[in-house]
Amino acid sequence: MAVLVDKNTRLIVQGITGKEGTFHAKGCAEYGTTVVGGVTPGKGGTTHEGWPVFDTVAKAVEETGANATVIFVPPPFAADAILEANEAGLPLIICITEGIPVNDMVKVWSVLKHSKSRLIGPNCPGVISPGKAKIGIMPGRIHKEGSVGIVSRSGTLTYEAVYQLTQRGIGQSTAIGIGGDPIIGTTHLEALMLLNEDPETEAIVLIGEIGGTAEETAAHYVKKHVKKPVVGFIAGQTAPPGRRMGHAGAIISGGQGTAAEKMKALSEAGIHVVQSPAQIGETVAKVIGKA
Amino acid sequence: MKIHEYQAKDILAKYGVAIPRGEVANTLDEALEVAKQLFAEGAKGVVVKAQIHAGGRGKGGGVKVAKTVEEAEQYAKQILGMQLVTHQTGPQGQKVQRLLIEETAAIDRELYLGIVLDRAAAKLVFMASQAGGMEIEEVAARDPKAIHKVYIEPSVGFQAYQARELAFALGLKPTQIGDAVKFMMGLYKAYVDTDASLLEINPFITTKDDELFALDCKINFDDNAMFRHKDLRELRDVAEEDPLEVEASKYALNYIKLDGNIACMVNGAGLAMATMDIIQYAGGMPANFLDVGGGANQQQIEHAFEILLSDKNVQAVFINIFGGILRVDTLAQGVVQAAKNLKVKVPVVLRLEGTNVEEGRRILQESGLKFQVGATMKEAAELVVAAAKGAA
Repeated sequence: MAVLVDKNTRLIVQGITGKEGTFHAKGCAEYGTTVVGGVTPGKGGTTHEGWPVFDTVAKAVEETGANATVIFVPPPFAADAILEANEAGLPLIICITEGIPVNDMVKVWSVLKHSKSRLIGPNCPGVISPGKAKIGIMPGRIHKEGSVGIVSRSGTLTYEAVYQLTQRGIGQSTAIGIGGDPIIGTTHLEALMLLNEDPETEAIVLIGEIGGTAEETAAHYVKKHVKKPVVGFIAGQTAPPGRRMGHAGAIISGGQGTAAEKMKALSEAGIHVVQSPAQIGETVAKVIGKA
Repeated sequence: MKIHEYQAKDILAKYGVAIPRGEVANTLDEALEVAKQLFAEGAKGVVVKAQIHAGGRGKGGGVKVAKTVEEAEQYAKQILGMQLVTHQTGPQGQKVQRLLIEETAAIDRELYLGIVLDRAAAKLVFMASQAGGMEIEEVAARDPKAIHKVYIEPSVGFQAYQARELAFALGLKPTQIGDAVKFMMGLYKAYVDTDASLLEINPFITTKDDELFALDCKINFDDNAMFRHKDLRELRDVAEEDPLEVEASKYALNYIKLDGNIACMVNGAGLAMATMDIIQYAGGMPANFLDVGGGANQQQIEHAFEILLSDKNVQAVFINIFGGILRVDTLAQGVVQAAKNLKVKVPVVLRLEGTNVEEGRRILQESGLKFQVGATMKEAAELVVAAAKGAA
């Protein structure tokens, strides 16, 4: 069954005529996603790589029946793009853009939290349900259809985990890249709840990193409600405090958000916490009895 | 992005926030000039403050109170040019390039005000505490109830009633409440207008004459928002940053220098952190964090290599790439070119996966250079740790 993205997804691309937008619209379509068009203000009525382009998201939804959007709009305009997608009533909004000012996201979130639309990201690789569809920038061919769900704040670290699983013949139900920014639309907790409720997902990999307390919140939920085995890894065990480690949200501030705290919370929730990122695949294999 | 105290105070003054009289001095002569003028204008004393980005300046001997012009000159001479060591600078300290000379105030109470983002609530939070002059983290750890917080609704902003609530929580006198509200409103406006990521007034003082002042202040800005603040970008002081980090930022490389001896080059922030972790797990110590990003080109890879190797502690290099958007062959070409140009002497261990990996491996093999390639991340980490130990 997978979650969020599947064969029923009808995707539009905001920023489809840009370099990134074009490249990844094609990537998604090649993987099997139904891409139905794109939005670039001022280029409405034209076609781009065979796809119809619209001036507004509302128009694109009306004409194509889209039910999801992926945003490749540059940082200064990305908050606006998210709000426009929300206004158009799209149930799923995935924002890939990295570098959105955090105060913009504070405003966006004050609207989105009351909305029925689900935002994934920003600053994320997107979502893939292997063998069905993908919305995002992840390399599709390293994935394999199966029953392990993944939720992660990091793009390449998700690919690493996926690859370790695929190498062992273990497929994935859905991999959700939730994004590396301080304010994101879908947190570890919400992604985890989706995977927990998905009957096809048998085990979950939770990848976190330093900064904030979202992993701890997810751990509390796991302890109470999740029966499926969960394997966890936290990046940044060697990160110095007070420094932003690449991701805007990856910072230990005021002694909070350390890897040690998060690993402790995960362990206490019964999550199989691995010390080394190289152990993710083998540990999943063990807990699902495929070692 | 961080700025100096004197720059932060200049910004706050524009928002009507009360700042003690004073001026920045780049030389001893300028310092003397400012001190003379402040005394001439009736100051009972002046404070000579080292301007570096790190906190804990007072304990390190970078802040001194002078009762006379002569004393001020003596302190300025002492502090200007000194290598100031605080708990935030590391043992090597930070050279003091300029001073802030300010009139002293007749302090009655030392309080705390701060604005930060609460990530979980996705709102700004305005904090106030009667425990001024201490680090707020310490207060939070010892007595969280000593910190009063109000959460700000983004659509309407910080409200006067919220400022009053904080003012009352600080135990301010009825005669001070009006000024305190104005003060806090100014701080909030400054925070929002400048896209700050942290604003702290510590201490926020009341004087025996019932006045309120920002005695010290700290503002950090959101790097992601600096595209819309050309004026603020000019406040950056690269002398306060690590020279290699400054160099890396020119090429849009995300580099943070650390203390170990194994350099690493990785694509993606999460994998870069995980690579540092696996180096430590294998018994080594990472020399840096470096995320070359998803769209790195050959030139950026060369620059990245150059920066890694200019760190004298580096005994071995670990390149860990999971090619998604970044193609492995592009990376391999950059590495080969850089290794040839820079005549690399330390061992280089690579672990490559992803887009065009076969082509990438072929480029490395045919280069005639001695690279070691690990089949997995674990194997590569073990190879590089062994290589660094062999070289040491």
